[in-house]
Amino acid sequence: MADLEQFRAETRSWLEANCPPEMREPVETDKDVYWGGRNATFKNDAQKAWFEACRDKGYTVPMWPKEYGGAGLSAPEAKVLREEMARINARPPLSSFGIWMLGPALLHFGTEGQKQRFLNEIARGEIRWCQGYSEPGSGSDLVSMQTYGEDKGDHWIVNGQKIWTSYADEADWIFCLVRTDKDNKYQGITFMLFDMAGDGVSTKPIKLISGNSPFCETFMDDVKVPKSYGEDVPAYVGEINRGWDVAKYLLGHEREMISATGGVDRASSLGAVTSRQGELDPVLRSEMALFDVDALAFTAMSEKFLDEVKIGKGHPAQPNMLKYAGTEMNKRRHELLMAAGGSRTLEWESEETENGKPARSWLRTKANSIEGGTSEIMLNVISKRILELPGA
Amino acid sequence: MPLYYDDDQAMLADSASDFMREEGAIAKQLRHWRDRDCKDGFGHGLWEQFGEMGFTGILLPEEDGGLGMGQVEANIVLEEIGANLTPSPFLSSSVLAATALKHGSDDTRGRWLPDLVAGKNVYAVAIDEGPKHRPERIACKAEKSGNGFKLTGKKDFVVYGASAEMIVVAARTSGSDSDTDGITLFAVPQDADGMSHDSVRLVDSSMASHITFDGVDLDGDAVIGEVDGGREILNAMLRAGRVGAAAEGVGVARGAMDMTVDYLKQRKQFGTLIGTFQALQHRAAHLYSEVEIARAVVLKAAQLVDGESEKAELMTSVAKAKVAKAAGLAVREGVQMHGGIGMTDEYDIGLYMKRERALQEFLGDMYYHAGRVAELSGY
Ligand SMILES: Cc1cc2nc3c(=O)[nH]c(=O)nc-3n(C[C@H](O)[C@H](O)[C@H](O)COP(=O)(O)OP(=O)(O)OC[C@H]3O[C@@H](n4cnc5c(N)ncnc54)[C@H](O)[C@@H]3O)c2cc1C
Ligand SMILES: Cc1cc2nc3c(=O)[nH]c(=O)nc-3n(C[C@H](O)[C@H](O)[C@H](O)COP(=O)(O)OP(=O)(O)OC[C@H]3O[C@@H](n4cnc5c(N)ncnc54)[C@H](O)[C@@H]3O)c2cc1C
Repeated sequence: MADLEQFRAETRSWLEANCPPEMREPVETDKDVYWGGRNATFKNDAQKAWFEACRDKGYTVPMWPKEYGGAGLSAPEAKVLREEMARINARPPLSSFGIWMLGPALLHFGTEGQKQRFLNEIARGEIRWCQGYSEPGSGSDLVSMQTYGEDKGDHWIVNGQKIWTSYADEADWIFCLVRTDKDNKYQGITFMLFDMAGDGVSTKPIKLISGNSPFCETFMDDVKVPKSYGEDVPAYVGEINRGWDVAKYLLGHEREMISATGGVDRASSLGAVTSRQGELDPVLRSEMALFDVDALAFTAMSEKFLDEVKIGKGHPAQPNMLKYAGTEMNKRRHELLMAAGGSRTLEWESEETENGKPARSWLRTKANSIEGGTSEIMLNVISKRILELPGA
Repeated sequence: MPLYYDDDQAMLADSASDFMREEGAIAKQLRHWRDRDCKDGFGHGLWEQFGEMGFTGILLPEEDGGLGMGQVEANIVLEEIGANLTPSPFLSSSVLAATALKHGSDDTRGRWLPDLVAGKNVYAVAIDEGPKHRPERIACKAEKSGNGFKLTGKKDFVVYGASAEMIVVAARTSGSDSDTDGITLFAVPQDADGMSHDSVRLVDSSMASHITFDGVDLDGDAVIGEVDGGREILNAMLRAGRVGAAAEGVGVARGAMDMTVDYLKQRKQFGTLIGTFQALQHRAAHLYSEVEIARAVVLKAAQLVDGESEKAELMTSVAKAKVAKAAGLAVREGVQMHGGIGMTDEYDIGLYMKRERALQEFLGDMYYHAGRVAELSGY
């Protein structure tokens, strides 16, 4: 514990010295987030300085081993770092699907060569990754996906279409589920890694109802994917035809992440965020109070879950419950925020609302119970894996 | 009165349905104007067609060139507007403003009604002050000045205000802000000096104004009805507008529900139509029940309004609140059951969600009206 306190003191002064004041402001727009990659640009010098300081210290991925670009922090140390960063509202220095998704998959399934190459590139913000899972015909039933890689000896020829590839139009590489055995549903998918600059890959943005377009359709038309990028660097994670294991591992990881943030950041009580409490309609006030009951109780559930995870307790399917409850609550929260704000929150293009922030945020929350597995699928999983209901 | 349409009403429903499906369709109107960033937020051509159909004067007596029909008939048109998300000033002009103008003098009616009936003019109403609907409290002031009045204050959420040739303004001519009495309605022409608009696009692509009256001079003949006697007319406008908004909401719910039920019959996952999953079947069936109940109470309320029943006030609030619940459910379930594509601008289901939100807020949300239900029920 003494060590940890010393680590806290060191971290605090390191942050003091290295985190510029501009990087302690809340993230307002996507430009405030640094995603890295070949074509990345910094919004300002502060963003650059903060990123580079963290990169050099291994703090873009604090818990990854040092040889892969991390700082090799233990879980308690990483928690201290998170707390100290939160204390000064420090922004994440680097955000990416590489950090959140491919990284954990490689740490778990990757070869030494893959880790050396790809993890370092991710940690240093050199390559921006996107995720190619869902297809137009395969959402909830992801395993039915059809994008096909034809085996040509030392390479595959990949054809098909992905949808909901986040920021595919800005990404450098994609980690992509590709069918490599048509006769084997679960054991016929390979988790491939390839460069999107290659011939045959094209993207088309999807405009959301909130007006933003951070997602794409991604088309693969005779894309040549070599099976190897050098010694001990295969172009796939895990084994050929065993990509579903990797995908499943990551889905669990993603749900845990969504549910964790759902609990801590979003479900906070409503009273604190509405400035009009005095004027609130009594019926709306009751509705908000009932929401707060659920939200504050859920915060305890999230905390309990995270504590139990640390000691390996708790049902492994519980993240599904957290994801379900947390995302449904976040939707309800925004409904109430819209009601509390009244006609002002209906505005789509006005200065007072910073171009319709309340309405756009409200609409965006509607995807929370769809992305990363729908609420219905979460409930199906609870019925099956926790309640062990017949036929579920 | 039986709770179904009589033959004339059924005929009107058929023709309104055909008309709105053809002329008022989403691609032809809502998306068309939205994607061109139209500053009106609706098409004037369609408004003229409304005039040709007679819809514009549906609530007006025949001597004013109207159809002499009632709330039930206006609601028939509104439900079709809702189902097709047809952007139009019908609710503001032909329901709310028309209800006020009915109480105007011969001169007032002669000045404003013919161009409304013809689908040439658009009128708006300025009631709200602040982001929530609180018509019990009116602070916007009209002070006596010479032979007329000087209007000072602010109004919010004036739907299609910037396109309106005339705005019906509820202002205070005596008493204090929360008094029931002392309200007067004014017909304020578009070119009035000292009136300024901050016109803003809303989530559903309609336009609404924040209006500032900075000592606007009005003639005595701008008064609709009696000086200080505007509360009754305002209440009549609110009843018509609220039941009307509720009818449009039923249309929105129906449109969203139909689209969603269709989708359950088309979309396959896990090798089967998603409509075979009982988890979704029950929710669709529940939604159907809620929408049917909402439609029933809207018809009931409209009949009570037409019959000038003392129960109209209560049932109007019940209808407005119930529809907010049912239509809110319809659009939320609609987006959720469409899965990811429900979140895309390309699909129409999200447009229903946006319209429902604006409609729900207009003339009082479910919380406001549930509160009124409690009050009117004596608790
Ligand atoms: C904003 C957003 C971001 C996304 N980001 C990503 C991403 O980064 N990567 C990625 O790969 N995908 C992403 N997705 C896709 C997302 O994972 C899918 O949309 C989701 O899994 C649902 O699939 P679907 O859209 O095909 O809907 P469908 O599977 O067609 O579902 C339609 C409806 O049927 C219901 N349903 C389906 N099966 C059942 C069942 N067995 N029982 C009961 N109900 C059922 C669903 O719950 C839903 O309500 C994103 C989606 C959105 C909206
Ligand atoms: C107060 C009372 C009075 C009654 N009076 C009469 C009477 O006068 N005459 C008479 O004949 N019977 C009567 N009943 C019996 C009644 O009709 C049955 O209880 C009812 O039909 C349910 O059958 P069950 O009790 O066997 O429950 P089950 O059918 O075993 O149902 C158990 C649960 O499973 C659900 N369930 C069953 N099938 C499905 C499905 N396909 N999909 C989804 N959920 C399903 C049910 O909704 C229920 O929640 C009465 C019951 C009560 C409680």
